[in-house]
Amino acid sequence: MTSLQQTEEVGRLSIYREEDVLRVRQAVRAAANAVRLPLVDQTKLVTAASELARNALVHGGGGYAIIERLGNGRRGGVRVEFVDSGPGIEDLALAMTDGYTTASGFGLGLSGSRRLVDQFEIDTGPGRGTRVTVTKWAR
Amino acid sequence: MVRVPILQLGDVLLVSIQIDLEDRSALQLQEHLAQRIVDTSARGVVIDISALDVVDSFLGRTFATMAAVSWVLDTETVVVGMRPSVAITLVEMGLSLKGVRTALNLDRAMNILTVRATGRPRAVPDRGRPSWMPVGAP
Repeated sequence: MTSLQQTEEVGRLSIYREEDVLRVRQAVRAAANAVRLPLVDQTKLVTAASELARNALVHGGGGYAIIERLGNGRRGGVRVEFVDSGPGIEDLALAMTDGYTTASGFGLGLSGSRRLVDQFEIDTGPGRGTRVTVTKWAR
Repeated sequence: MVRVPILQLGDVLLVSIQIDLEDRSALQLQEHLAQRIVDTSARGVVIDISALDVVDSFLGRTFATMAAVSWVLDTETVVVGMRPSVAITLVEMGLSLKGVRTALNLDRAMNILTVRATGRPRAVPDRGRPSWMPVGAP
């Protein structure tokens, strides 16, 4: 199944300033629209992207996002990867806890965005930055 | 950075967010609003977010702070016009917007604020039932 999956990169955006978070949101919205994600799913994905882009900026000291359009023959989807080379997350379980925050927010950046997408992967550790990948499929 | 206009309508301040806000624009709005509440002695604030297609946790927290600050300044804040997709997303994300009063639209927000100020509903011309509806219809 994975071998049949088509992926096409549609955007690579750097995240170094607050306005970049807005640009990531717009680009993710456009990609979600292009694969015909229903409006609620678009909103969920864009909201998750907003959380993760801000995380990369605030906690990771900046980074970039890669937006991909997916297709497995039957349905389309969008995958967004957020990469930063910041300090990484020491205690991932704690960081994924609702309400845990080190900065200004509700502490729902990671836990909340995980609930908004179909697939959520995170690769992080002290000193090696953070890479979060989220995927949303059209139903 | 954008500066969101704060309009005065009687003793209510009306904030209509028409575009996506950067975080610092949202924080700036928070400060301006608190100052305007003090300057105008407004008794109510309505924040219209009908133009927003995304409300993330940062903006949600900003609304919660604005509501809390306005409350401390003896003013009630009502957020209106949330899109259904935004509401579903906030709930699913687990963001309850505790302490933020919401209303479906501006009209209902004005009612809430009037009741709070006067203890009575707002005097609105009674449009009555449509003339085409037969008497006795449910």
